[in-house]
Amino acid sequence: MKYLIIGNSVSAVAAIEGIRSQDKKGEITVISNEPYYNYSRPLISYFLGEKILLKDMSFRSKDFYEKNKIKLILNVNADRVDAKKKYVVLSDKRKLNFDKLLIASGGVPIISEIKNSDPDSVFTFTNLNDAVKMKKYIKTKKVKKAAVLGGGLIGLKVTEALIELGVKVTIIELADRILAASFDKKASNIIQKALEKIGCGLITNNTVSEIIKDKSGNIKKLVLKNKKTLDTDLLITAIGVNPNKKLAEEAALKTDKGILVDVYMRTNVKDIYAAGDCASARDLLLSVNRPIAIWPAAARQGKVAGYNMAGGRKKYAGSFAMNSVELCGIPTISVGETNPAGKGYEVLEEKDDKKSLYKKLVLKDNKIVGVILVGDIDRGGIYTGLIKEAVDLSSCFSAEGGSASGGKGCLLKEDFGLISLPKEYRKHLVAGEAAII
Amino acid sequence: MAKRPFPIEFIVERNVEKCIACQACVRMCSNDVHSYDAETDKVTSDDSKCVACHFCEVICPTKAITIKRNTSEFRPNANWNAEVIKNVIKQAETGGVFLTGMGCDKPYPIYWDHILLNASQVTNPSIDPLREPMELRTYIGRKEDRVEIDHSKKEPALKTKLNPQLKLEIPILFSAMSYGSISLNACKSLARAAESLKIFYNTGEGGLHKDLYRYRENTIVQVASGRFGVHKKYLEAGATIEIKLGQGAKPGIGGHLPGEKVSEDVSQTRMIPVGTDALSPAPHHDIYSIEDLKQLIFALKEVTRYKKPVGVKISAVHNVAPIVSGIVRAGADFVSIDGLRGGTGAAPTVMRDNVGIPIELAIAVADTRLREEGIRNRASLIAAGGIRCSSDIVKAIALGADAVYIGTAALVAMGCNLCQKCYTGKCNWGIATQDPYLTKRLNPDIGARRLENLIKAWSLEIKEMLGGMGINSIESLRGNREQLRGIDLSDTDLNLLGIKPAGSAW
Amino acid sequence: MDKILIKEEYCMGCRLCEVYCLVQHSKTKNIIKAYKGEYPKPISRIIVEEKGYVSFALQCRHCEDAPCLDACMSGAMHRDEKTNAVLCDEEKCVGCWMCVMSCPFGVISRNVDGKKIASKCDLCINEEEPVCVKNCPNEAIVMIREKKK
Repeated sequence: MKYLIIGNSVSAVAAIEGIRSQDKKGEITVISNEPYYNYSRPLISYFLGEKILLKDMSFRSKDFYEKNKIKLILNVNADRVDAKKKYVVLSDKRKLNFDKLLIASGGVPIISEIKNSDPDSVFTFTNLNDAVKMKKYIKTKKVKKAAVLGGGLIGLKVTEALIELGVKVTIIELADRILAASFDKKASNIIQKALEKIGCGLITNNTVSEIIKDKSGNIKKLVLKNKKTLDTDLLITAIGVNPNKKLAEEAALKTDKGILVDVYMRTNVKDIYAAGDCASARDLLLSVNRPIAIWPAAARQGKVAGYNMAGGRKKYAGSFAMNSVELCGIPTISVGETNPAGKGYEVLEEKDDKKSLYKKLVLKDNKIVGVILVGDIDRGGIYTGLIKEAVDLSSCFSAEGGSASGGKGCLLKEDFGLISLPKEYRKHLVAGEAAII
Repeated sequence: MAKRPFPIEFIVERNVEKCIACQACVRMCSNDVHSYDAETDKVTSDDSKCVACHFCEVICPTKAITIKRNTSEFRPNANWNAEVIKNVIKQAETGGVFLTGMGCDKPYPIYWDHILLNASQVTNPSIDPLREPMELRTYIGRKEDRVEIDHSKKEPALKTKLNPQLKLEIPILFSAMSYGSISLNACKSLARAAESLKIFYNTGEGGLHKDLYRYRENTIVQVASGRFGVHKKYLEAGATIEIKLGQGAKPGIGGHLPGEKVSEDVSQTRMIPVGTDALSPAPHHDIYSIEDLKQLIFALKEVTRYKKPVGVKISAVHNVAPIVSGIVRAGADFVSIDGLRGGTGAAPTVMRDNVGIPIELAIAVADTRLREEGIRNRASLIAAGGIRCSSDIVKAIALGADAVYIGTAALVAMGCNLCQKCYTGKCNWGIATQDPYLTKRLNPDIGARRLENLIKAWSLEIKEMLGGMGINSIESLRGNREQLRGIDLSDTDLNLLGIKPAGSAW
Repeated sequence: MDKILIKEEYCMGCRLCEVYCLVQHSKTKNIIKAYKGEYPKPISRIIVEEKGYVSFALQCRHCEDAPCLDACMSGAMHRDEKTNAVLCDEEKCVGCWMCVMSCPFGVISRNVDGKKIASKCDLCINEEEPVCVKNCPNEAIVMIREKKK
């Protein structure tokens, strides 16, 4: 059995583990268009900020590919997939046949229309090469000021790294607040205040329309949408990532925003699977298929895909948006529907401005569907578990929770834990694994 | 000074070097002795509340706590010692009656410690219990006057119909401790240990909890004056029935379970309202003469179809010998005698410490009287009240008991340190309480295991002592006063006990 | 694999399991030094939940299908081949807290006194018996050994 995997990030590695759990003998070939044998993309900001070294960027041991008998092809792009004849054409003109194919091509950064921009003056920040390039640029051009276009997760992570390197950063965000997708206004405020404290600038409701270079062709100034200008030595664009579905589209696979897959991670073409940031798989909360570009979802999808490619029959239960990020020393977690729109939602909140603490729970039909935790994230995973299992919490509401919220305030209390859940559910939750409570 | 504070009994000494402020003691003390001050990150103690139950001392991971007697001293006074002074102070303050728990702690002579055992030497060789079989088994119940054997058939067969007997693998039983005075977990520990050791435990006057019916074959059910929890199923459940007329700790008065300890479960088992004091009257209000007792004994035998022994428990008082004789003649299959040192969950201190006589004397005189009247075989005698170790058991049997009840020893095995505050319902060890937060602390797995360990250890020691005397069966020890000698006892004591003084031969 | 069983009806809420777990995962393994003066201050990996008179201790379940293994971005979370336990390589951990967010039992703690790392139960992998099991005064934490074939 010949397995071919396009891509070499978390989905691909999880797929390898999935395949090998069922098939120890089949041939597995992995195609990567990067020069690195293995590295974790989310860690590139840690690399830039000099928190970890290049050699520690991998998330599997050095002998992972050897132990699993993987043929790893680096520095080569997969140019075309022939779905009918079952082969892939590489950028070095090689043709590789496959019995089963997994497309784990990840995402591509969104580039907006900016006058005078070119790849050398506008930096993206989605892979290790971007980080290496940027580090070199900062050193050689002695960058003192930087502008980050986009106040989302990637934008904030690269901001943190730049601040570590002693660069003064200004964030330019189109929405009215940073982290608009995952946070609400109150949560964003806390982080914004913290960023202000460490000297980071923030411009909201704006974007960059033009770049002005100096005589040597280096970036000097930005012109914003509202005609204001901003001096800068470096512009980083981090306004989002789209699924890399070009290969799939050209091979006439069904796509929407990403490559469409069923619950077994199969595309509409037999023997071709997709997983990770490029795939449009089931969102458990919204009950639709859409790309969810987060590490745990990619890992799980890759594992299920690999398992099924090797003859198994596992269903992908679905995932939902979840992110954990520590900014300016403040840990935060956002899970699920954090900015609910429409009817039927109930919101529970607790805020302590002095301590920079914020806790928000979004409920629908007495089930948790969204969580934001800022400042204190201890045991936050319990909420994630309750969202995943869609647990009805009406039996937990109690008089101690405060009559104002119908007794639901107990969910926000510090002592909320498995002990607050009904005993039978607790036993079910735990008995399935190792312990009986 | 508006109110004079009670004198402090104990001091909690904390080694500050060792204390890591883990706050285990703070969390665990039901009397709120320890508290944690977050500002100074230190744990401190309020000595006035300490009852010396030692739970904190045992649980402290660095052994930083020592409980000591309060060294604040009065001028030495042989008559007005510290304790009596403090008692008068407390009663002047409150006008109340002292309540206490467990058994009499006054320094009356302990006869066990004045009795010595024999050992075989030259003529009658001793027996090695590790190499020869030793029988500790005994039977409680009425033995026939004569036994007739039928030789007409090939195999000799027993003609006489035997009375129902209780079979004990070891002559030790767990004393009557009611559910209510002790927790359900404590009852479970006793029941499980009795089952695995093949002996019996006694329900006391609290009725039988539904979870304990499964141990019925090892249960003695008690019918006390309050008749708590007594119904048909209850009487049919037990392996035997014991009518409680009295208790060693408080002869002449009835039982008392304070309302704090009557929880929902206790209320259901005892068939009384939640939170009310459970007061058993002093006499059974249907027993005012020995004939009435005979009537009750036979009524119970009727109910159980004469298939189970029915016995009577009395406290050891001055006229214990004729009382026992009367009870035996009234038809009881066994008589339990509870001596001065018997324990209780709650009793007025003055009754516990001053009323009754020691079990050593009671058993000896009862056994002698029954033998003199020629009716010793009609009932078994069970001795209770302050049996502390295996040598006490051997001495008790040699003085005439068929078996012994242990109460205090069983509780200590489960964790009790005799702080004597059972009546408050705040037992830190989870034994004498119904507070769900505290009862969790007694894990029946551990409780039963510790009881089994204790009884097993004692049986080995008993076998050693028996072997030393050249005896290989408990039956040969019963009433065998010749194996005992008194030391430092008066002639009267020796006479009452029926034993010779140490130094004299046969 | 060997499993740890928790008996909620016998947990007294004394939290000695937390004390011993902390000491076991300290540098000096000496109870007094661990509490008074070790830097970074060690933390317990077992968490006692308490409400009214009900309490029990929770530690990592070493799930067969562990969400933390999926969530770990640095490869620090891994499964030990010999014991099947899920362990966190403290050298590799970068303190991103994705595992804290994913664990439905909430038994992964943020260890932030020194280098920021995720800490959780490691089944006392170098000891004969986990110290929580060994030291629980009421046997509320019990170990069930896998039957060796």
